[in-house]
Amino acid sequence: MSMFSARNWREYPQRYRMEAVKFKKSGKTYFPPRQIDPTNGDTEFEKVDLPETGKVLTFTVIRVAPSQWGDMSPYGIAVVELTDGTRLMGQMTDVDVETIKIGMEVRTEFRRVQTEGHHGVLSYGYKFVPKWY
Amino acid sequence: MRDVCVVGAGMSQWGEVWRKSFRDLFVDAARAAMANAGVDHLDSLYVGCMSGGLFVGQEHIGALMADYLGMAGIPAAHVESACASGGISFRQAFIEVGSGVSDIVMAAGVEKMTDCDGDEATAALATAADQEYEVFHGATFPGLYAMMAHAHMAKYGTTREMLTAVSVKNHFNGSMNPNAQYPFKLKAKTVDNSVMVADPLHILDCSPITDGAAAVIVCSEDVAKKTGKPYIKVKGSAVATDTIQLAQREDMTTIKSATIAAGKALEMAGIKLGDVNFAEVHDCFTIAEIMVAESIGKYKPGKAGPAFVAGESALDGVFPINPSGGLKSKGHPVGATGIAQIVEIYKQLTGQAENGRQIQGGPKVGMAQNMGGTGASSVVHILEVA
Repeated sequence: MSMFSARNWREYPQRYRMEAVKFKKSGKTYFPPRQIDPTNGDTEFEKVDLPETGKVLTFTVIRVAPSQWGDMSPYGIAVVELTDGTRLMGQMTDVDVETIKIGMEVRTEFRRVQTEGHHGVLSYGYKFVPKWY
Repeated sequence: MRDVCVVGAGMSQWGEVWRKSFRDLFVDAARAAMANAGVDHLDSLYVGCMSGGLFVGQEHIGALMADYLGMAGIPAAHVESACASGGISFRQAFIEVGSGVSDIVMAAGVEKMTDCDGDEATAALATAADQEYEVFHGATFPGLYAMMAHAHMAKYGTTREMLTAVSVKNHFNGSMNPNAQYPFKLKAKTVDNSVMVADPLHILDCSPITDGAAAVIVCSEDVAKKTGKPYIKVKGSAVATDTIQLAQREDMTTIKSATIAAGKALEMAGIKLGDVNFAEVHDCFTIAEIMVAESIGKYKPGKAGPAFVAGESALDGVFPINPSGGLKSKGHPVGATGIAQIVEIYKQLTGQAENGRQIQGGPKVGMAQNMGGTGASSVVHILEVA
């Protein structure tokens, strides 16, 4: 996908600061933010920052990678549950991919995620590293 | 709603079909279906296609295909729900005939996937996932299903042997399908030793990149009778959706959209799953066939894999799954897959399955389950002998 700068910039609050929304009625947190709480239709929410630690719920190691990530292959990618229960997907880094396990404790770090070839936009965001790293 | 029938089915050649264009693949399948049905005109046309825009730079697909079928003038529309586009196309035709708006409608599906390189095809397929929060981070489709597989293995003890059993069985069935892209048998050790794409999925756990089209004729029972050709009835039709992101599912080891759609389709048909004799399901990856068999309620969670190893889903098993060879062996031109499932059910219920692939004992009811993305959409149809 072409990564025009506005498309990347628009997501900075989530990619750089992990801003989520917490709905008033249900108290549920969603990441990325939604305008409507799917549990009850509520549209009133406040911004919250997500916690920076969690654990791996499931993962894979991508060994045949699309070109944007060719220089990182093989790389781990995981669904992580943060300490507040919010779940999100992201790459694993600074880790031997053969040691990634379900249940592994991780924390987020700010890293370069991809280099889009056509427009040359560098995209940054969160990645997961082992908690003890 | 009046009774709706399927009276003819056709497929183009499936595979890396370099000599055929996007439109030619469609016309080949459409002509075959019309000849098989013995009809010479259509009231309208639906074309399921995931992404003509990304694979071949072509949109406005309904009009294009009606034009090259020699029928410019008829109503035509392109419908899309990622890999479930074919299933949606069939459902739209079913609704249009059932409502009485039209009497003869073609439900077709087509995808031309080899006019671009592998990287572009991977990027096009990835648009079925969340572009900003999955694909942005380097997730690929094999990667997403691999994450579902790891979760299923951790929760239920699903093994490599169970995944391999799906691939071996589907290739055995596909070896008898003249339309299959890879019509050959595979040994378990060939699957086990094939290249790892995304742990734990090897390349022979994955459905291939395919050019192909499929079409069926959906019509009223009056029209079906007049053709004098064998026909079947559409008894149930349902679509369900789920979160686009895998991470936002409460349980990543089940396909909730398949559970909802199967339940609704069975309710509409007024039958129980035990009355269904066989199914064509969306085995885009081996783990998907296991998860879908559990999600539609055929097996309790964690029990499909062991049952598959025991042969229950084989052609001569208690509940054959993917007699066509499935996406794995037959191929997966994404927009055409949902229609090809109906083609196989039409053949099986009318006793026309080729080369020893016919399920014995005269199956009466078949189910088709077609899904988009990691299960953010599922379409289920129940078809029955007339």
